[in-house]
Amino acid sequence: MKQEKKWYDYLWIFSLTYLILGFLNILFAWIGLLCFFIPILLSVAKGSKAYCNKYCGRGQLFSMIGGKIGLSRKKDIPRWMKSKYFRYGFLIFFFAMFFLMLWNTYLVFAGTRELSQTVKLLWTFKLPWHWAYHGTLFSPGVAQFAFGFYSVMLTSTVLGFVTMILFKPRSWCVYCPMGTMTQLICKAKNMER
Amino acid sequence: MPKRKARVSAEECVACGCCVKVCPKGAITVPRGISAKIDSELCVGCGKCAKECPASVITLEVAQA
Repeated sequence: MKQEKKWYDYLWIFSLTYLILGFLNILFAWIGLLCFFIPILLSVAKGSKAYCNKYCGRGQLFSMIGGKIGLSRKKDIPRWMKSKYFRYGFLIFFFAMFFLMLWNTYLVFAGTRELSQTVKLLWTFKLPWHWAYHGTLFSPGVAQFAFGFYSVMLTSTVLGFVTMILFKPRSWCVYCPMGTMTQLICKAKNMER
Repeated sequence: MPKRKARVSAEECVACGCCVKVCPKGAITVPRGISAKIDSELCVGCGKCAKECPASVITLEVAQA
């Protein structure tokens, strides 16, 4: 029995397009907020991980590149990487960095800091990205958020890509902060019952 | 050869649903987003889920009679 493909099995196209658009015009990075709000809304409203289970385009992308194309060793992920300490620790770290990014965006909105036309990879390396910036109709803060948010998305894609190669294709799912968070929300909701 | 069935270590499961997608029998669900659950009535022990699981928390075990 071969499973029929559903419309949402093609959401990897969305994820791939998103990554490409960030190279053309950084303001497209705002669209990525969907990948934050949809999983949270689904877990809060419905108490399910439908986003991970069905819709996550990034997961599909990793599963294609690592699985079908075969760019993966398909080895077991190390024990420590699936431990709760690492998963929750990474979630906290990720959100700390996220709020730092929001703070930097605020500073640009407030006019105390200049717009930095860079994408920060792995929270460390500042990559020049001015070629994807063509001005904004609004405050430079709007562009700063785009640069910051794209940095988050690119960094997590790179991390996921590395673990895809080293371990199983969708290794990213094990420590994906959104996945960990939505699972926690689902667990919390279940305790209410 | 004794019949084998997939078993999830629920405590370690990240509920990503990768196993659901590969199961040829539709025997796996992720109820309430907490952990994967295998319907052992439907499971044929093919092992696709165990292979796919990014956390490697699914094992094939001899079913108890």
